[in-house]
Amino acid sequence: MTTQMFGMPIRRKEDPRLLTGGGRYLDDLGHDALAAAFVRSPHAHARIVDIDASDAIDVEGVVGIYVHEDLPGRVGEPLPLLIPHPTLTHGRTGHALARDEVNHVGEPIVMVVATDRYVAEDACQRIRVTYAQLPVVVGIEAARAGELLVHDDVPGNVAAHMLQEVGDVDAAMAAAPHTLTLDLDIERSACMPMEGKGVYARWDRDRGELRMYSSTQTSTGVRAAVAAKLGLPLAKVECIAPDVGGGFGVKIVHPWPEEVLVPWAAILLGRPVKWTEDRREHFISAAHERGQLQRVTVGFDDEGHLLALDVKLWHDNGAYTPYGIIVPIITSTQLLGPYKPGTYRCEFWSLYTNTVLVTPYRGAGRPQGCFAMERTMDAIADELGLDRTEVRSRNFILPTEMPWDHGLLFQDGRPLKYDSGDFPASLDKLKALVGWDDFADHRRQAEAEGRKVGLGIGCYVEGTGVGPYEGGHIQIETSGRVNVSTGLTSQGQGHETVFAQIVAQELGVRMEDVHVTTGDTRKMAYAVGTFASRAAVMSGSAIALAARNVRAKALRIAADALEVSSEDLEIVDGTVRVKGAPATSMSLGTVSVLSNPLRYAFDEAAKAATQFAGTFDPDKPPVADDEEPGLEGKDFYSPTQATFANGMHAAIVETDPVTAEIRILRYCVIHDCGTMINPMIVEGQVHGGVAQGVGGALYERMAYDESGQLLNASFMDFLMPYASEVPTIEADHLETPSPLNPLGIKGAGEAGCIPVSAVIASAIEDAEGFPIRRMPISPNDLWELRRRHADGAIPSLHRSSRSSRMSPKEPTA
Amino acid sequence: MTDTTPATETLHDVTVTVNGIRRSASVPGRRLLSDFLRHDLELTGTHVGCEHGVCGACTVLVDGQPMRSCLMFAVTAQDHAITTVEGLGSAPDARVAPTGESMNPVQQAFAECHGLQCGFCTPGFLTTVTAYLEENPSPTSEEAREAISGNLCRCTGYQNIVKSVLRAAEIRVERAAEEQP
Repeated sequence: MTTQMFGMPIRRKEDPRLLTGGGRYLDDLGHDALAAAFVRSPHAHARIVDIDASDAIDVEGVVGIYVHEDLPGRVGEPLPLLIPHPTLTHGRTGHALARDEVNHVGEPIVMVVATDRYVAEDACQRIRVTYAQLPVVVGIEAARAGELLVHDDVPGNVAAHMLQEVGDVDAAMAAAPHTLTLDLDIERSACMPMEGKGVYARWDRDRGELRMYSSTQTSTGVRAAVAAKLGLPLAKVECIAPDVGGGFGVKIVHPWPEEVLVPWAAILLGRPVKWTEDRREHFISAAHERGQLQRVTVGFDDEGHLLALDVKLWHDNGAYTPYGIIVPIITSTQLLGPYKPGTYRCEFWSLYTNTVLVTPYRGAGRPQGCFAMERTMDAIADELGLDRTEVRSRNFILPTEMPWDHGLLFQDGRPLKYDSGDFPASLDKLKALVGWDDFADHRRQAEAEGRKVGLGIGCYVEGTGVGPYEGGHIQIETSGRVNVSTGLTSQGQGHETVFAQIVAQELGVRMEDVHVTTGDTRKMAYAVGTFASRAAVMSGSAIALAARNVRAKALRIAADALEVSSEDLEIVDGTVRVKGAPATSMSLGTVSVLSNPLRYAFDEAAKAATQFAGTFDPDKPPVADDEEPGLEGKDFYSPTQATFANGMHAAIVETDPVTAEIRILRYCVIHDCGTMINPMIVEGQVHGGVAQGVGGALYERMAYDESGQLLNASFMDFLMPYASEVPTIEADHLETPSPLNPLGIKGAGEAGCIPVSAVIASAIEDAEGFPIRRMPISPNDLWELRRRHADGAIPSLHRSSRSSRMSPKEPTA
Repeated sequence: MTDTTPATETLHDVTVTVNGIRRSASVPGRRLLSDFLRHDLELTGTHVGCEHGVCGACTVLVDGQPMRSCLMFAVTAQDHAITTVEGLGSAPDARVAPTGESMNPVQQAFAECHGLQCGFCTPGFLTTVTAYLEENPSPTSEEAREAISGNLCRCTGYQNIVKSVLRAAEIRVERAAEEQP
């Protein structure tokens, strides 16, 4: 038996390389390349009146300066709207270089190519752009008011208006014994990978071929988009994602202006060109997410059962909609979490503002949806005087009710149908882990010491592993080396390791013999990309299927050579052998030799495959009619729908009675992503997700002023958590396998960050005794809320007035 | 902004000992040490995450002390000894991994504890922690967290980095013991 690999906490194959300076990220490549830099708009909304580059042309080292008028044909046309949708009636995209209007600070206007980046930036500083400023729309309220427009031809700033309804919400609401309305607010944040974007392109004039590298989450997408923009045959373009220093969503958008312009310039100049995004550029010209206003109206009975849920969302999509309305669609569907809503209506408006565009950031609309639903659950519990976990559990979809079809369309246009999950079991585990039922004692003790503590909870369901497909290709060399390729890309998820684990297990080979390549269109031309927690599910499944094909082929060839039935064979540590008679065996390398009949003996192994090497049947062709040479196999995985992971988090926070400082004392996670390939890596994903969630809950916001300037566009001012801000995470897992794929797996990448704002809001509310409806929350914000609460402007929770803090209703249920 | 055409930049000969080897290059006075290492010497293991000294990804050791190479000019490193991530594996207590790379105790610990994901911030953590453990060979968990709290990581949530610091301290002791006859 080959050593168990699948499901084990195997150390990562990529680490020795990354730990010794051997990583090769975008800016580590192309030392001979010219450097591009950009003049970007300093205004949020303006017409471009004039561009004067006369002072820049003579800067020594400048090779080219380009404005919109220089861009030929499709290069100058608007960037593609990647994900159209019937309700996206007013989709708008920008140009690679702005044509005559800019719609956010940071929009690129001029590209300078020079011998190095220092020189290119010198030249940028000498280019004078004259603007006629236009009125600016910043913030959802201004966009919703519709008095000023971002795009003249988009009335009311409404890019999309979408409504989904299941059941008769109005009737159910009217009949409901209780109703509540909550107005909620979530601010912007952003992915902020440690490595920004970057593009490097080389044009092979002799062959008429373009090779480009991009720090992207989809090399096949970039390749196709760039080939289309530049009018090149797809066969003449290759795109490679090298080591990528984090993505978290922002790098799935493509083509970014620079992904079009850098290859275009490389072809024009016949010289390699590179652009590496700096941190300020990433803040003002990449993408943000999260910003939404929400109004939830809920009807429920005396026991807290949901009867009607009516949600309105106003989503800030920034200046353009290249990635469609994926984010608000996800919010509006995944909001339901593990609950049965009775009847449900969700209506959203996706609105333009003169700010950086909004595209998915880890969680992709789910943190906002979870916030809306979980704030609502807490409000119901408070209204009825019930334990917050009791209200949740009364509304859970039960394991016996799976698969559960919500009757809605998900982000992939397919039914929102949960495949599996055991929510009551998750909740039991969470309550035990955080000590839910003992918290009243803990609180009493803290209060006796003059401290304020609160306990919060949040539950979510996450659609992962959306289609359409991914592929896997496996080839075994005569040395026994196993080459695995899949087209989607890696940004730190440990794909080289987990995919190798799958292959090692399926094929019966050693981990060290397996070598995985991702994100290289030369190795796998058909792929979609890394997003929506889909890599393990999609590529993992495809690779498993490919491994099964290769295994079957290896057994066929070996059975023939060993003159046994293939059913009698097994593969252990890279050797095919007869079960029970392991001496009768051959290595997979030898099988590989046999799989590829040769004319030329270039080494000892090859000699064994040549035409005079052994016995053969003169009546059969060297390669059988239904076979192909080589020990390799390929397969694709394409599911009918997403698979739904879930989790529940709880936190204990302490708020300083004087300074309103907020500290997370404990953070507990129960996570169910089906069968785990590598629990160490899953846990790492959870840790990282929670840390980003903590940033979003307590620290990170995009501080736009009324003129559309981003005031905190640096790591000095945008408060990304350091180790000192992130709590120790206590995590436990449940493994409810997915019935949808061959490995029973569900995605894990985004999970950690989804409920954090909901959990922290719940805990702060519990500590303070008044509702928290807006996140993130800083000590200043909390201090201000306390003041307004003391003034009577914010009501107390019912629980605070219903019973004294010393004998709270909860947890008694 | 100026309206005069800039003169050709004056170049300065910079000689620095990098990872034990004397390296020289002619660079403008404004060349950042990070760019000098990465682009003039092609030692790309040192990464640049913010260019304003906040994220710590570019941290290198200058005469053994952690410094942000994006906040130093190459010319100010003249005659100093610099250690980058590429040089950590040359430490006396480094060992060669089965995959062939030589790793010091900190690098080894990060591999064992899943202390990295995308790996971009990692070189800054490795240099910072290597210097820290020289002066604080047996930190507590809280001290380990404090030690890394000047470096940003967007992937790991830091928990496994804290673990890695503690494990690195153990490996240092183990390897020191191996060297005792």
